[in-house]
Amino acid sequence: MKKLEAVIQPFKLEEVKETLKGIGVDGMTITEVRGHGRQKGHTEVYRGQEYKVDLLAKIKVEVVIPAERLDEVLDAIIKAARTGKIGDGKIFVYDVAEAIRIRNGDRGASAL
Amino acid sequence: MKRTAFALPLALGSAAGLFAQTPAAPSPTAALEASVKAAQSAGDNAWMLTSTALVLMMTGPGLALFYGGLVRKKNVLATMMQSFILMALATVLWAFVGYSLSFGEGSPFIGDLRYFMLAGVGAEPMPDYAATIPHQTWMMFQLMFAIITPALITGAFAERMKFNAMILFMTLWSLLVYFPMAHMVWGKGGLLNAFLGGSIPCYDFAGGTVVHITSGVSALVCAIYMGKRVGYGSEPMKPHSLVLSFIGACMLWIGWFGFNAGSALSSGSLASAAFVTTHFGAAAAALGWSLMEWFHSKATVLGAISGAVAGLVVITPASGFVTPGSALLMGFIGGIFCYFMVVKVKAMFGYDDSLDAFGVHGAGGTLGALLTGVFATKAVNGAIAEGKGGLVDGNAGQILNQAIGVAIAWGIAIVGTLIILKICDIVCGGVRVSTQDEIEGLDLSQHGEEGYSLEG
Repeated sequence: MKKLEAVIQPFKLEEVKETLKGIGVDGMTITEVRGHGRQKGHTEVYRGQEYKVDLLAKIKVEVVIPAERLDEVLDAIIKAARTGKIGDGKIFVYDVAEAIRIRNGDRGASAL
Repeated sequence: MKRTAFALPLALGSAAGLFAQTPAAPSPTAALEASVKAAQSAGDNAWMLTSTALVLMMTGPGLALFYGGLVRKKNVLATMMQSFILMALATVLWAFVGYSLSFGEGSPFIGDLRYFMLAGVGAEPMPDYAATIPHQTWMMFQLMFAIITPALITGAFAERMKFNAMILFMTLWSLLVYFPMAHMVWGKGGLLNAFLGGSIPCYDFAGGTVVHITSGVSALVCAIYMGKRVGYGSEPMKPHSLVLSFIGACMLWIGWFGFNAGSALSSGSLASAAFVTTHFGAAAAALGWSLMEWFHSKATVLGAISGAVAGLVVITPASGFVTPGSALLMGFIGGIFCYFMVVKVKAMFGYDDSLDAFGVHGAGGTLGALLTGVFATKAVNGAIAEGKGGLVDGNAGQILNQAIGVAIAWGIAIVGTLIILKICDIVCGGVRVSTQDEIEGLDLSQHGEEGYSLEG
């Protein structure tokens, strides 16, 4: 099993979600996060006081999938989340040791 | 000026005279007179009770939201509490001695104790102050000013004052600064009272000197005396919720109709005149501040609402004395001037007036008081004596009177606040919280609560 952690532009969430649903990835966890990669932040001004904000709002999508579907799912996410501009985000891939459905104790891929 | 209902009783008097010439029995005339008087009183009292409630709304939730949104998350409750506790503290002080020291007829500088524990303050109007409303209504209306004035100061020492030191400070400040100043400008026989025998008549319709200069200048003294917040200039201190500040500012704008138009002390045309100038001043100042920002980069929400508040401050002393056109001009100038004070002058001198209590209220109040000497006119307010309006009425000397009023307000605020801070320092072992408490935030360190709880 693999876990994908995709940090994406907030306004791309709907598209990514629908795409994943469309290819049969049913479970996902979504978090509002702040962070930065190479993208520069922006400046905010409050009564003349300038603040440089380099942590920008992003959405983190976490999905766990059977290992053999990795490339297919990655392609789907990339296609849905890309605008081609800086700030589109990143995807990280991890190995998952085990998955357990709490309700009935299912383990492995059948728990996904 | 606050005591304006004279024109109406006079009109009633002449109407009664007219009836007296007819040979009818005196009793129907007296009955008619009484019923006219009762109707007048009912109308005025309805507006004054409404205004009184509006002015309380300016402090809670208006100012509490405005200030609360401007501080960091960890101080939101403590900042709101500083406003709210004054709704309680100033009220109790007012009942014991505050009203009496402000409006008892004493010396030119402070009232006496004739109204101690509100003795004799009942349904019967107090004709010197407000002839057509119960004395109690007038007393309550004035109380709301005694609440919001010290609450305005809290913006200067936000995020770093001990709660116990603040309570002591506000108690002493009310006694030594606010009550004397209110007496001098509005109390019968007060030194600066323009309508009740003051020797230096200074026009202040709704509190430019009494409320905004005293609070704003005291705020500056507090900011300099207490020093900057830990991390000021090196750590980000962004407002944690401009949404709260926005709601608060809009409530201030609406509440200000009670503050200014209520200061007509009647529901007649003078109240309407003050209502108009209040609104126009706020509108023009919001545009003035926004234009200045736009000129430099972007027009911000915080800038627009700060400008509106600045305009309300500037128009306050003038509200019942100037034309709508003058109000637009005063507001516009005020918005630009306060922008300059908050954005440029504060940075130039480097004091940490955290929420700009001085830049808006001290600076705006001073400008408004002086401009009242320019634009006050008998055409708007019939209580102004012939030839005694502002520059526009050909009385340039009024600007000097206003300047004296301003200077006295500044003087009392500076000296009084310094003495009070020193006393608080000694009694409370320092007025500032410890560095550790400041970093932890006042919500937890002073009150043991959190505004936004993850577990809630």
